[in-house]
Amino acid sequence: MNLHALTAHALLDLFKSGKASAKEAYEAVVGRIKSIDPKVKAYVHLSRSQPHYAGEFQIPIAIKDNLCTKGEEITCASRILKGFRSPYDAGVIERIKKSGGSILGIVNMDEFAFGSSCETSCYGPTFNPWNLQCVPGGSSGGSAASVAADEAMWALGSDTGGSIRQPASFCGIVGLKPTYGRVSRYGLIAFASSLDQIGPLTKDVRDCALLMNIISGYDERDSTSVNEPVPDYTRALVNDVRGLKIGIPKEAFVEGLDAEVRRAVESALDLLKKQGAVIKEVSLPHTPYAVATYYIVATAEASSNLARFDGVRYGLRVQPGKVRKNALVDMYEETRSKGFGDEAKRRIMLGTYALSSGYYDAYYLRGQKVRTLIKNDLDQVFKDCDVIMTPTSPTVAFKVGEKVSDPLSMYLSDIYTIPANLAGIPAISVPCGFSKSGLPIGFQLMGRAFDEEMLLRVSYTYEQNTEWHLKKPTI
Amino acid sequence: MSQFETVIGLEVHLQLSTRTKIFCSCVNQYGCAPNTNVCPVCLGLPGTLPVLNHQALLYGIKVGLALNAEINSFVKFDRKNYYYPDLPKGYQISQFDFPVAKKGYLNIKSGGQEKRIGITRAHLEEDAGKLVHDNSGSCSLADFNRTGTPLIEIVTEPDLRSPQEAYDYLNTLKLTLQYLGISDCDMEKGSLRCDANVSIRPVGQASFGTKTELKNMNSFRAVKTALEYEVRRQTQVIIAGEKVVQETLLWDDEKAQTRAMRSKEQAHDYRYFPDPDLVPFTIDYKIIDGVRAELPELPQAKFLRFLSQYGLSEYDANILVADGGMADFFEAAVKEYPQAKKIANWLAGPVLMELNNRKTPIQELKLSPQGLVTLIAKVEDGVVSNLVGKEVLTFMLDEGKGADEVIKEKSLAQVSDDSALLAIIDEVIAQNPAVVEQIKSGKPNAAGFLVGQAMKRSGGRANPKKLNELIMRRITGV
Repeated sequence: MNLHALTAHALLDLFKSGKASAKEAYEAVVGRIKSIDPKVKAYVHLSRSQPHYAGEFQIPIAIKDNLCTKGEEITCASRILKGFRSPYDAGVIERIKKSGGSILGIVNMDEFAFGSSCETSCYGPTFNPWNLQCVPGGSSGGSAASVAADEAMWALGSDTGGSIRQPASFCGIVGLKPTYGRVSRYGLIAFASSLDQIGPLTKDVRDCALLMNIISGYDERDSTSVNEPVPDYTRALVNDVRGLKIGIPKEAFVEGLDAEVRRAVESALDLLKKQGAVIKEVSLPHTPYAVATYYIVATAEASSNLARFDGVRYGLRVQPGKVRKNALVDMYEETRSKGFGDEAKRRIMLGTYALSSGYYDAYYLRGQKVRTLIKNDLDQVFKDCDVIMTPTSPTVAFKVGEKVSDPLSMYLSDIYTIPANLAGIPAISVPCGFSKSGLPIGFQLMGRAFDEEMLLRVSYTYEQNTEWHLKKPTI
Repeated sequence: MSQFETVIGLEVHLQLSTRTKIFCSCVNQYGCAPNTNVCPVCLGLPGTLPVLNHQALLYGIKVGLALNAEINSFVKFDRKNYYYPDLPKGYQISQFDFPVAKKGYLNIKSGGQEKRIGITRAHLEEDAGKLVHDNSGSCSLADFNRTGTPLIEIVTEPDLRSPQEAYDYLNTLKLTLQYLGISDCDMEKGSLRCDANVSIRPVGQASFGTKTELKNMNSFRAVKTALEYEVRRQTQVIIAGEKVVQETLLWDDEKAQTRAMRSKEQAHDYRYFPDPDLVPFTIDYKIIDGVRAELPELPQAKFLRFLSQYGLSEYDANILVADGGMADFFEAAVKEYPQAKKIANWLAGPVLMELNNRKTPIQELKLSPQGLVTLIAKVEDGVVSNLVGKEVLTFMLDEGKGADEVIKEKSLAQVSDDSALLAIIDEVIAQNPAVVEQIKSGKPNAAGFLVGQAMKRSGGRANPKKLNELIMRRITGV
């Protein structure tokens, strides 16, 4: 039996019946990493600490390189944080540890989560397990690839504009961005504080519900986390969508959407219709402005969030040999020039500009207003619909290097995922087929704030009536 | 000189003495070993988030109310972005467009005149760390203990018209803040800091002249001296036909002069924007009213009440009110012994002198209000003279004993016993026949000299009234 190939819930059943132990499972996954990861390159490094086998959910997990984990080097895949060993655990890491989870290691990402391909990492790209010449998506590319390649039972990622859902879709797994405030951000190295949310990447919908049970809940150390009771998400796993209303935004199925992706999502829709769901065409008139709005708000916050990486206290410090302005300013400039990659610099400059005196009203403030309009569009639709369905990404995984020199086309790969972050609502990506070239396709469901259960219910129903989630890549 | 008018505005930063820091649970404490009173949050480590200390907000509201300001019930924090090694996040969490308080005022007395100084705003923010510069110049060290200490910044309107007024404003402000019990207001520890904006303009001109900002003054006296220096400098610049340059100047107290720090061209663009980590919220009016209800009586109100309720002189009332502890002590003492003026005289006189000599606040003195009134009663009852009373006070403070005990132990009670006094008087009379003759010839005032002589011989312990009586009876037989 290949324990590494199992879902977490299948593994938990084996633990219960005594047919396998957590130690065997952990060792099986570590073995798999050792044999496969040289090709996939999902991991930045394996955990420095040994697993301790105690607790209800002794599931081996992969952690994105932006979640502070005590004793581990956490770098956001950036040279500027090289050598930073976190002295504390993020809120979600505490919960994982408390539940019995054992941390396999730290997985790759786009530098500071700036990207949709995992190529901006200072460690080099991670590769898509379905085709090693393709990207796994991003920014949680390492998280998605590790789960898809059976190098982890499940993984944690973060999602600011689609960074969980798009790689989940590219790698053929399930990825959920929870409602803003559902999961504590304490210990998540911030990209854009008002958009960031931590969430699960799993092999199927049941695992997604299980991992949500573990990581959700109020944390007094995060003022934006919400003090609302957390349901048992596994109770939402019912194979029944009769009478549920699924909204299809007409703006979603337009030019730029790959024909194969379109067909796969449409047949998923048909399946749900056959299961009794009611399909309704809706309109989200402001979504065409979502990407532009996002790149104002997200970069503005990022420019401030990344100011702390200045070479003074931790991570990289570069002092040029010759004094140029003065020792301090020289050090700042040299450290940040050498420490950040091109995409990080691009976004810091964009965001700095958007916040500059004289431009604030035209950019940041305007961006926040459009954000409200986009949220209002969604609220309007959710008065009538239970979920909104779109493709997760307009294309399947692209080739490594294909879009690196074209940031705008890279930005557009988040066109379907960004609105959920701007509105703070939950959204999930579920596998729904493959392209002719054998690359996974996913659809996205968006739901009302704090109604992750509805997303899980519809996803579960779809999954119960398909077999896409059971397919494995050959590496 | 007098053709120019001075215009000054002040910015006061005050550390609030909350139990913990403003955005983390580190204890808010001064004087720890460097970098020992820190945590991941105040160190701004990656991934950490701020959580507002509610007490700091309440203290901010208290300051606003004491300064007669409007309180913003909408609580919002913003990021002020700039780089400096003492600022671990690369931004300071502050309040930009919704300060906790705005549009207030403080009445001051300057040169015998009452004047209302406008308060533009007061906002909450976090303090930065501290840099220690190595003398060799080879490196600087950063201490982050202070990082995250709650601060309130109080900004005046450009209402002050002289360095003296600025000085008087600062003293009145400090006293008001001390009454609130929200800060130790200690400039030496840096818990109160002041920057000044100053410009001059021809008398009668409505628009302001170009201002300079003065920093690095570490006492109110230094603020005044620096302002005087800067007003002189600006006047000379303008008289010479040149223009004042808008810049930030650092005051050098030792050299008693300023030096340029940065000019306007190098001024920061702080790129303020709402801190997404701290969700804005509205504070209930009931909470604001609760703070209002708990406001103590402020110094100006207390001063007026002391005049009317106790009939004190302005001089005494001023001294008592200038120290909240002293004022409380006074009122506690009056409850024990309803001789307000006598008590005020003692406090403003001998007790104040002892406080100054001992450099200690009245709260730390080994003296209770009951203890003091016991002593005053002894003096009033003639058990000891006024002079000896002061001596008794010193002993009481040194030894922590009551007046009775000290008088008994040191045998300081006045001698009123006739036979003992008569022996002294007879000697004095025998040695001063000329004075005795004067008295006999109808000049009773001359007896004062004999009383003084007898007093000396008694070691100050004789009851002077009794002495006078006995001397007159001895000489005139009356």
